[in-house]
Amino acid sequence: MTPLLDVRDLVTTFPGRGRALRAVDEVSFQLGRGEVLGLVGESGSGKSVTGFSIMGLVDAPGRVASGQILFDGEDLAQLDAETRRSLRGRRIAMVFQDPMMTLNPVLRIGTQMTETLHAHEKLSAAEARARARDALGLVGIPSPQERLDAYPHEFSGGMRQRVAIAIALLHRPDLIIADEPTTALDVTIQAQIISEFQKLTEEQGTSVIWITHDLAIVSGLADRIAVMYGGRIVEAGTITEVLTAPRHPYTRGLIRSVPSENTRGTRLAQIPGVTPGLGRMPEGCAFRTRCPRATEVCSERPGRFGDAMAYHRCFHPHEEALA
Amino acid sequence: MITTLIRRAIQAGFVVIAMTLIVFIGVNVIGNPVDILINPDLNQAERLRVIENLGLDQSLWRQYLSFLHGLTQGSFGDSFVYGRPALDVILERLPATLELALCAMVIAIVVGLPLGLYAGLYPDRVSSKLIMTGSILGFSLPTFWVGLMFILVFAVQLGWLPSNGRGDTAEFLGARWSFLTGDGLSHLLLPALNLALFKTSLILRLTRAGVQEVVMQDFVKFARAKGLRENRIILVHILKNLMIPVVTIIGLEFGSLIAFSVVTESIFGWPGMGKLIIDSINLLDRPVIVAYLMMMVVLFVSLNFIIDICYTLLDPRVRLDGKG
Repeated sequence: MTPLLDVRDLVTTFPGRGRALRAVDEVSFQLGRGEVLGLVGESGSGKSVTGFSIMGLVDAPGRVASGQILFDGEDLAQLDAETRRSLRGRRIAMVFQDPMMTLNPVLRIGTQMTETLHAHEKLSAAEARARARDALGLVGIPSPQERLDAYPHEFSGGMRQRVAIAIALLHRPDLIIADEPTTALDVTIQAQIISEFQKLTEEQGTSVIWITHDLAIVSGLADRIAVMYGGRIVEAGTITEVLTAPRHPYTRGLIRSVPSENTRGTRLAQIPGVTPGLGRMPEGCAFRTRCPRATEVCSERPGRFGDAMAYHRCFHPHEEALA
Repeated sequence: MITTLIRRAIQAGFVVIAMTLIVFIGVNVIGNPVDILINPDLNQAERLRVIENLGLDQSLWRQYLSFLHGLTQGSFGDSFVYGRPALDVILERLPATLELALCAMVIAIVVGLPLGLYAGLYPDRVSSKLIMTGSILGFSLPTFWVGLMFILVFAVQLGWLPSNGRGDTAEFLGARWSFLTGDGLSHLLLPALNLALFKTSLILRLTRAGVQEVVMQDFVKFARAKGLRENRIILVHILKNLMIPVVTIIGLEFGSLIAFSVVTESIFGWPGMGKLIIDSINLLDRPVIVAYLMMMVVLFVSLNFIIDICYTLLDPRVRLDGKG
């Protein structure tokens, strides 16, 4: 069976001084129907740009330079603008990071929901309103009928994110790209939204790419995980494989730096150094300047070791499980 | 809403009183109307009689008090020059100015807004850069020079359009308007274009700046992620957010078109209020100056109020009572 989404060697570039900077560098992963993929990385690792590349919403002058984005067997990168538009919001939806910014402040919630329906389907205003109302109810917004006429500023951050999720779910999409949708929210609200999001996507059989820097969220949510560093996926695999026995030193460092019961009272491990800017990524393995295991060979570009579902890009992978 | 209206009216009242005081003192400082208005051939007795008729024999503050008294009777005093109520003199010039200002404003909006939108949405295109360069010209060329060039090119050299006066007028709503006749329209075109040039550039640049700010916002990207068509994103999501600063400028600039079109009206011999006020200042015709400026205060206060109402229509976060 073909996977719902099969990204192959995706490269997204932004023009830099004299040369194109690769914000997304040969990223490959697969996502089955109903599956949840956690795309993890620090700020600037290219995880959001990966999401926008799939959506076809990379801001100019950035562009998808090469690679394939096979969605249901069809290469999105080859489609014309109108076909891509008709997929967006209908079959591939997205939820953004900051709910305070994603809704248009001068339009009613109802308008912002029904316009999404009208963009993809022929239906009457009354039908659209009814669908919008039901969608609001589904994400747990009280008295949805009245709330359709409210403006975004009359909602709290958590409520606005629920509205954004309701909009994303309106067309029962095959895939939702969630770009750190809970990062801007209170921890208690975070937990509520995550569990409701999980419940709704499970019910509808929606595949999810959950972009985050928070390993803890991913560990409870995702089936599989892909760790990004410097625009590349350095390690990918099932959540248990990667979290219990990470192969790449970066993944290992990332997991070690999360506080847990076991590390109480000891100094938290950290990865030395900082992520170099896109223009200053070292040749070969992007992580080698910060890596304790780096050797001569790391100045060559590491290939993918493993298969499409589980691989790492390291010449000196760890073999043992985490203590 | 009503309380805001009342508060604004009271504020306007204070501004009017302060303004009339300044004008009374100011005109008194500039010179003595008597020297300008009275025929030097008159003998002393006739001279005194005229001065007494005009009320200029009284001390300044007495003149001011009798002016205030007149106001309570609904009178702004009689023009020194025309010998008729100052308000009538102004109001009969109002249609000319009003149609010129409206015409210029419509041109400025119809041309400036779409071009600004275009230049903001596609800033890298050559056409956008041409538009922006053009707007710098429109912005910085002095109005009087452009007016003279218009006359030189279109009236003198090409002979396409008349350069002076209002042309034929037709009656509508109890006033005479040029825009209702073909001849009047041809007279209206050059001065309206002249006035519109600067306003067009202003609206254009403001719109472009607004577009560039709004397209960066997440909600525009989210609208794209929803799969909306580009037309809807531009005409609803971007335009509505953009209109808030643009409406402010349109309102205030419309006021200034009505109140201060002096240069253009003079160049094109357009018998509007701008020409009247300049003539009145030259002749120290104080009742006309005061009445005119009072009208302008009321005009600007009303325009500001209308702008505020537009805000509440455009932006749901704005409330007129100031609590929102």
